[in-house]
Amino acid sequence: MSAILPPAERLWWKHPLDRVEGTWIVIAFVWCMILFFMMVFWHIYGRQNLSTETYTTTPEAFMAKAEAWAAQYTVRTDEVSGLPIVAPPDGGDAYIISRLWSFWPILELEKGKTYRLHLSSLDYNHGFSLQPVNINIQVVPGYEHVVTVTPNQSGTYSIVCNEFCGIGHHTMVGRLYVK
Amino acid sequence: MSIATTYRTCPRSGLQFEANAEKLIIANAVAAVVFLLIGGVLALGVALTRWPAVHWLQADTFYQVLTAHGIDMLIFWIIFFEIAVLYFCASTLLRCRIATPRIAWLAFALMLIGAVVNNYAVYKGGSSVMMTSYVPMMAEQSFYLGLILFAVGALIGCFVFFGTLVVAKRDKTYEGSVPLVTFGAITAAIIAVFTIASGAIILIPTWLLSLGVIDKVDPLIYRMIWWAFGHSSQQINVAAHVSVWYLVAAVVFGAKPMSERVSRGAFLLYILFLQLASAHHLLADPGLSTNWKVVNTSYFMYFAVLASMIHGLTVPGAMEVAQRQKGYTRGLYEWLRRAPWSNPTFSGVFISIIGFGFLGGISGVMMGTEQLNMIIHNTIYVPGHFHATVVVGTTLTFMALTYYLIPTLFKREMISPGLAKLQPYLFGLSMYFFCLVMMGAGTLGVSRRHWDMAFSGMPMAYEWPGAAYLMMGLVGISAVAAIVGGAIYIYVTVGSLLWGKRIEGGAASVASKPTPLMAPAAVAQGYGSQGFAAPGTFVLAMVFLVAFILYYFVNWKYLSTVWGLS
Ligand code: HEM
Ligand SMILES: [Cu+2]
Ligand SMILES: [Cu+2]
Repeated sequence: MSAILPPAERLWWKHPLDRVEGTWIVIAFVWCMILFFMMVFWHIYGRQNLSTETYTTTPEAFMAKAEAWAAQYTVRTDEVSGLPIVAPPDGGDAYIISRLWSFWPILELEKGKTYRLHLSSLDYNHGFSLQPVNINIQVVPGYEHVVTVTPNQSGTYSIVCNEFCGIGHHTMVGRLYVK
Repeated sequence: MSIATTYRTCPRSGLQFEANAEKLIIANAVAAVVFLLIGGVLALGVALTRWPAVHWLQADTFYQVLTAHGIDMLIFWIIFFEIAVLYFCASTLLRCRIATPRIAWLAFALMLIGAVVNNYAVYKGGSSVMMTSYVPMMAEQSFYLGLILFAVGALIGCFVFFGTLVVAKRDKTYEGSVPLVTFGAITAAIIAVFTIASGAIILIPTWLLSLGVIDKVDPLIYRMIWWAFGHSSQQINVAAHVSVWYLVAAVVFGAKPMSERVSRGAFLLYILFLQLASAHHLLADPGLSTNWKVVNTSYFMYFAVLASMIHGLTVPGAMEVAQRQKGYTRGLYEWLRRAPWSNPTFSGVFISIIGFGFLGGISGVMMGTEQLNMIIHNTIYVPGHFHATVVVGTTLTFMALTYYLIPTLFKREMISPGLAKLQPYLFGLSMYFFCLVMMGAGTLGVSRRHWDMAFSGMPMAYEWPGAAYLMMGLVGISAVAAIVGGAIYIYVTVGSLLWGKRIEGGAASVASKPTPLMAPAAVAQGYGSQGFAAPGTFVLAMVFLVAFILYYFVNWKYLSTVWGLS
C-alpha cells in the first residue's frame, strides 16, 4: 500500500514522471488550449455570441419603456391570450417583459432582420428559453439585458420560462412569430 | 503534552484508528447516510413526477421535494461524508490523534442542527425556493439560518482537519511528505474554506434580508457569490473523490502513484484554478463582460480540466502498473480483465472513474463553454451533467469506500455480500443511462425544475417533440432502477452496522505505531525508465479524447444553426 503512505523519496516534486504521463500531459494541454481559443475564435468568426450590453433598471422604468414602445408598434391583438402582437422595424428595439407568470407581449419578427431585444424581469429571476431553437438566457430583475437577435427561420416559436419562479413557473410560456 | 487516548490497529487492513477520531468518523459517516436516505426517498418523488406518464406529485409538493432533494443530497450527504473522509485522511493515514475532539463534536452538532433546521423549514412549506434560493424570491429565515449553521460547522471541521495535520507534524508521526491521499484531502479542505466563506458572505446578508434587517440583496451579485459557493463546493467533491480513487487503488491493488510529482501537481492546479468556476452558472446572464466569462469559465485556460484529465489517466494507470507487476501483462487489457470485478470497492470506483470522465467531464466542458452554454442553460441537460459528476463521480466513490470501511472502521462483517457485489453495477450503470437521457432531453430544450412539460390548460402551450417525451420517460425508468441501487447500498451498510457479525478490531494501545514509508516506486526511476508503463490506460485515454473532440465539435455545429446573436 502506497498512495496512503508517505513517499520514500521525500522531495516529491523531484519524482520523475513516467513516459505515459508525460505524453498525455502534452496532449491534454494542447487540447485545453484548443478549448480555450475556440471561444475566442467564435467571438471573432462565429455568429452566435451573447451580447453583454446591460443597463440597471427598475420594474417601473422598464415597464414604462416597454409599454411606450408597444403602443407604437402593436399590429393586432392575439385572440386567444389577449396579448398585443408587436412588430418592431428592422434594426429596431424589441421588448419582452418577464413577470409572474407571463411574457409580455407577443413579438412578430421577420426572418433575416436584426432586432435589439431588451429583456428584464419585474420580480424574480426568470428564464428566457426560446423553443424549438433552444436559445436560453437568464432574465434577472433590476438589469436590462440588450441582446441582438437575427432570426434565421420563419415559424411560430415559444418562450418557456426555465428558471424556477414560484408555484406558477410551469405555466409561464409565451409566444413569438417570425414571418 | 500528552492526551489520554488509545489507538487500535485493524488486523485486516493494517490501518490504525485513534479512539476519538474513530467515533467522529463514524458519526459523520452515519449522518451522511441518513441524509442520503432522505434524499433518495425525495428522488423518487422528483423522478416519478418528471416521468410524464406518471406525473405523480402535485406542483407545490414537487417544488418542495425538489428543493429538499437538492439540499439533502448535494450539501448534507456529501459534506458530512467529506468531513469523515478528511478526519480519516488526517488522523488515520498519518497515525495521529485528532486535534481538539471536543471542538470536532461541536462542529458535528452545528452541522446536524443546521441540517435539521433547514429541512424543517422546507417541509413546513414556505421555503420551496430550490437550493439556489435566488433573491428576491425569499424562503423563511430558518432556511438560511440552517444553512449558515451547517456551514459554520463544516468550516470548523476543516480547521480540526488542519489542526490534526499540525499534531501529526509536531508529534512526528510520519516522515517526509504527507501521503498523496492526504495531500488530496488537504486540497479539498483548502477549497472548502474558500467555498464556505463565499457561502457565508452571501447567505448571511440574505438571512438578514429575510429578517427585515436589511432591505436589498442585488440579484446578480447574489448569483455570482452564491455560485462561488455552489460551484466551488463541487470542486471539494472532485478533490475528495479523486483522493479516494487513489486510496482505493492503493488498498485494492497496492498501487503506487505513477509519479508523485504529476499527481500532486494536478492537485495544486485544482487549488490554483478551481475557484473561478462560479462563472459556469453566469454565462447566460446579463451584466458580466465577455472577458470575465471566458477567462473564468475556463478556469483560466482550462488548467483545472487539465488536472482532471491527468488524474483520469494516473489513477487507472497506477492500477495498471500494479497489476502488470503481478504478472498480468498479456495484451493491453489482461490487467483490467483480471481486476477484482466482484469487489464492490473496486467496481464502484472504476465505474465512477469512467462515468465521471466520459459523461460528467465531457458534458461539463461543453456546457461550460461560453457560447455553447446558451443551448443548454437551465435545461434538464444541467442535472444530467451533474448527476454524472456528483452521483456517478462522488456518491458512487463514497459508496465504494463505505464497503471498504465496514469491516475496518465499523468492525462488522458485511451482510448480503451478493447484493453488495451487484450494487455498483445497478446503481452506476442505471445512473449512466439516467444522465444520458437527461442530457438528451436537455439537448431538445426540456427545462429543468419544471413540473409540467405539457403546459396543460395553457392557451399558448408549447408542444415538445415526441422524442423529448420519450427521453423523459426513460429518465423516470432509469431513475427508479438507480433508486433501487441506492436502496441496496443503504440496506447493506445500515444492515451491516445493525446486524453484521462483530469482528475483532485490534487491541487498544496507548502508543501510536509510526507510519512506514512507501518503498520507491518501481515505475519511474527516470523518465521512460519503464518504457511505456501503462499502455492500456493510455489507449483508454485516447478513446476518451476522441469522444471528447467529437462531442465538443458536434455542439458547435449545433450552435452554428441557431439564430444569429451578437
Ligand atoms: C437515484 C438517485 C437519484 C435520482 C433518481 C435523482 C433524480 C433527480 C432528478 C430527476 C432531478 C431533476 C429535477 C428537475 O430539475 O426537474 C434531480 C435534481 C437534483 N439532484 Fe438528484 N437524483 C438522485 C440522486 C442525487 C444525488 C446522490 C445527488 C447529490 C449528491 C443529487 C443532487 C441533485 C441536485 C443538486 C439536483 C438539483 C436540484 C435543483 O434543481 O435545485 N441527486 N435529481
Ligand atoms: Cu418565470
Ligand atoms: Cu419560471
